[in-house]
Amino acid sequence: MGQQTALYAKHLEAGAKIVDFGGWDMPIQYKSLIEEHTAVREQAGVFDVSHMTIVDIDGPDAERWLQFLLANDVARLKDTGNALYTGMLNENGGVIDDLIVYRMASGFRLVVNCATREKDLAWMQSQQRGFSVTLTERPELAILAVQGPRAIDIVRTIVEQRFSAPDSATVSGLKNFCGVELDNWFIARTGYTGENGVEIMLPNSEAPAIWDLLLAAGVKPIGLGARDTLRLEAGMNLYGHDMDESISPLSANMGWTIAWEPAERDFMGRKALEAQRQHRDTLPVLTGLVMEERGVLREGLRVECTLGDGSTQDGVITSGTFSPTLKHGIALARIPADAQQCAVDIRGKLVPVRPVKPGFVRHGKKVFV
Amino acid sequence: MSEFPDDLKYAATHEWVRVEEDGSVTIGISDHAQELLGDIVFIELPEEGAVVSAKDEMSVVESVKAASDIYAPISGEVIAVNEDLADAPETMNSSPYSDGWLCRILPSNPSELEELLDADTYAGMCE
Repeated sequence: MGQQTALYAKHLEAGAKIVDFGGWDMPIQYKSLIEEHTAVREQAGVFDVSHMTIVDIDGPDAERWLQFLLANDVARLKDTGNALYTGMLNENGGVIDDLIVYRMASGFRLVVNCATREKDLAWMQSQQRGFSVTLTERPELAILAVQGPRAIDIVRTIVEQRFSAPDSATVSGLKNFCGVELDNWFIARTGYTGENGVEIMLPNSEAPAIWDLLLAAGVKPIGLGARDTLRLEAGMNLYGHDMDESISPLSANMGWTIAWEPAERDFMGRKALEAQRQHRDTLPVLTGLVMEERGVLREGLRVECTLGDGSTQDGVITSGTFSPTLKHGIALARIPADAQQCAVDIRGKLVPVRPVKPGFVRHGKKVFV
Repeated sequence: MSEFPDDLKYAATHEWVRVEEDGSVTIGISDHAQELLGDIVFIELPEEGAVVSAKDEMSVVESVKAASDIYAPISGEVIAVNEDLADAPETMNSSPYSDGWLCRILPSNPSELEELLDADTYAGMCE
């Protein structure tokens, strides 16, 4: 038996099929992955993501340290509650993990992946020399992601009951990548689905009652299976699949998360990235793939790419699925930058696929052309 | 709970077989198998006229989660294929024992039927 979140009994109550996920007993699906997926695209769904690791960073050097530790620049977080997505890189520029960092009233809050928790903490501890910072894990907090077109309205009513009408107005008025602290709750307009929604960090002791209120308001419980199809439709990376320590953010569609300016900010991995940037056109790229023929794209499948000079070179699918919204195969794949045409090797048959910008569905609608 | 109709025979690899009056057999995947797979979104159908040997891969069923081979439970020629599954693969989830049938085979060695499992034995395996 693995670790259980504060909502484990609620998952069983909702009929979840439980699997081991990074040492945690988590719901992979309740009834039907496709129904759960569609609920988030069309209505609202709630994900228990309490297995993810929350680390609060405090101390006089918190900001300066994160500016060194992370490829994106926390100085860009102007106001309390603001969030940004970033890679945490090693000296070679490889991605140790991807994470969200929030500016809190005091210090910062990081949310890192569950499967990478131990190595992340060990890495952070090893990089503290010369900085006065404290790291505090927050296992007493649960995380609920409430996502979908109805999500914010429903959360607003729950916040009004639990806190006050002005607080609920604050929550419904939150801009994307902004959050607000209410007592020991933190509610932010972030998510992993491509829909509007919030992520709520709240005490474990309150989580089951809030879960019940959400379900009573018509929010559907969503398992990790649909979490994966939703994030892939949104074109969002999954650590350990689309990138890892051997992959540069420049080859993982994470170039936009590297804050090159100010040039004097010497963050971990910067030198390696600058060297890579000199010959960027030779680096492989993470692209989206669309297969309109029948079938499903899967992680690990070979992508045969025809280059500009007519030669061929292989790429690989890093995440693939059947898109429940679009009803065809979609994938993220690492391919040569100058690939002109691509075909995926499915059981020995080369099936043509179309490279597109990563990102397939936003707000319930197809986004690529 | 999964259903295991008594009038069918089963392979350990989760296919079911129904012997028809004309001596041909209809084949599909069990209720238990479709539950394990979850939402089925694509089926690589066998080809009519294909000759298959028992235990050979004859088709692939893909759900959102996984791709899974279907093995021929019996040797013979494929004489009919459920083409409706091409447009509605989810029928295999909703109706595994009737509308979700996969194909019909004319057995070349009907004695192979005796090697298949009865409903109780197969159900016991799936527990």
